[in-house]
Amino acid sequence: MLLELAKVETFYGASQALFGVDLAMAEGEVVALMGRNGMGKTTTIRSIFGLSPLRHGTIRFAGNDISATKPYRIARLGLGLVPEGRRCFPNLTVAENLLASARSGFWTIKEVNTLFPRLAERSSQYANSLSGGEQQMLAVGRALMTNPKLIVLDEATEGLAPVIRQEIWKAIAALKQQGQSILVVDKTLSELLPVADRCVILERGRNVWNGLPGELTSEIQDRYLGV
Amino acid sequence: MVNRERLVNIVLALILPALAFIASGMGEPFYITLATRIAILALAAVGLNLALGLGGLVSFGHAAFFGIGGYVAGIFATHAFNQIPLLSSPFVIMATNQMPVIWIVSAIVAGLVAFLIGLISLRTSGVYFIMITLAFAQMIYYFAISWPAYGGEDGLSITIRNGFPGVNTLAPLNFFLIAYALLLLALFAFARLRDSRFGAALQATRQNEVRVASIGIRPLRIRLVAFILSGMITAIAGALFADLNRFVGPSMLSWSMSGELIVLIILGGTGRLFGPVAGAILFVLFEFALGGLTEHWQLFLGLILLAVVLFGRGGLVGLLAGKVRHG
Repeated sequence: MLLELAKVETFYGASQALFGVDLAMAEGEVVALMGRNGMGKTTTIRSIFGLSPLRHGTIRFAGNDISATKPYRIARLGLGLVPEGRRCFPNLTVAENLLASARSGFWTIKEVNTLFPRLAERSSQYANSLSGGEQQMLAVGRALMTNPKLIVLDEATEGLAPVIRQEIWKAIAALKQQGQSILVVDKTLSELLPVADRCVILERGRNVWNGLPGELTSEIQDRYLGV
Repeated sequence: MVNRERLVNIVLALILPALAFIASGMGEPFYITLATRIAILALAAVGLNLALGLGGLVSFGHAAFFGIGGYVAGIFATHAFNQIPLLSSPFVIMATNQMPVIWIVSAIVAGLVAFLIGLISLRTSGVYFIMITLAFAQMIYYFAISWPAYGGEDGLSITIRNGFPGVNTLAPLNFFLIAYALLLLALFAFARLRDSRFGAALQATRQNEVRVASIGIRPLRIRLVAFILSGMITAIAGALFADLNRFVGPSMLSWSMSGELIVLIILGGTGRLFGPVAGAILFVLFEFALGGLTEHWQLFLGLILLAVVLFGRGGLVGLLAGKVRHG
């Protein structure tokens, strides 16, 4: 297994957010992490990256126990994060944003520019002058520059125009083709399900459903994902 | 925008040698010394600009490194002049009066001190970081005052300016050119560093520590390296400064010296390549022009600083070349 969460429990202060999340994904898999707002998707991701330390349970990644590892070490093991809300470094240029996270491997600034030609055009622009969609491309590019074994996208296309969303999904599909392992959170099921190999649904800090996209009946959708 | 900044930089780079050569042609060594003073202060500020401008580390203790460089130059000069070994047991180390050796020793000593100060102070941030760097600098300041072997409160005179292979350093223009060459070298290094992965990561660390960690960068490590390099450059400037004045005293280590370096950078343009040069030119010019009129010239400097902070945060370079970065 590339990533394995076992009985992960995470707290924010005194309030418990995760009540024993289990999740396993193999290399090359694309897993969709689903659930309504506040059900623990982002907390699960924060726990994986060591940003919200877990109180119980274990997380293993690529053969290492990372349950209590510092965030920068976790990233160096090959976990790339595209955080919710496209958080780039606002006062660095596009090129500098990419350069800052560069680690040796397939992904270079040139490769990222091929994936997102818009970024190539904006190379010397400051990140805070980009549109939301471009910032999201930059956030994805930045994560790719670390040459991750697994890339995690939290709210991959939230708040973006449909045209831009298409571009992001196209890029995610291209990454999948290359065999990139991806853990992705997104609300638009019609776009998320076609790229996913498997779905995991969280409800109140627990995983309640695990299966193939084709098995995700409308009944299950209503029960766990409907608003 | 970028081209305009380049133009401003070229002008700033040419002002100093122009001043020095014209003064030399007119037989006015005082102005050569003024240009040298600007170049040396600018060099010290280039060092601080690495920590403060790129890394966002407001070090209020850079006088420590400036003074360490000064004392290395002074101690070496004294020992070499009197032919007293620096160390007599277990083995003998003779002092040299050659500047390149002094610069290297200054940089190494300052680098080690910066490593220790950084290791402790970089675990904090904001006002605590400012206070801890200040505290360390004050410790070194009082140490120098209470060290009678090297002049204590009175400082240490350098009888003959240290030498440079093949150059007569006593000629003001020659000494200016040495200081200026080092300044250009430091600016080149700063530019290369800023445009490298290290520089991008350092600036990213300034903007958001958590985000930086999630791309595999350890903020403490990268800041520590920046802080050490910064202290090393400032120390070399300190060694030159002692040689310029042929004197080193505790005042080079005082907290007001640290403040001056920060003021220089803010005046010139924080994080801008030529900010320290612009700042040093302005600062020395004020000191010279206003200082001739009134001894309270720093009052006016304060007002100008206030104006820069309130209205033109890009400093002089920002004013001339347009605002680019910072936040």
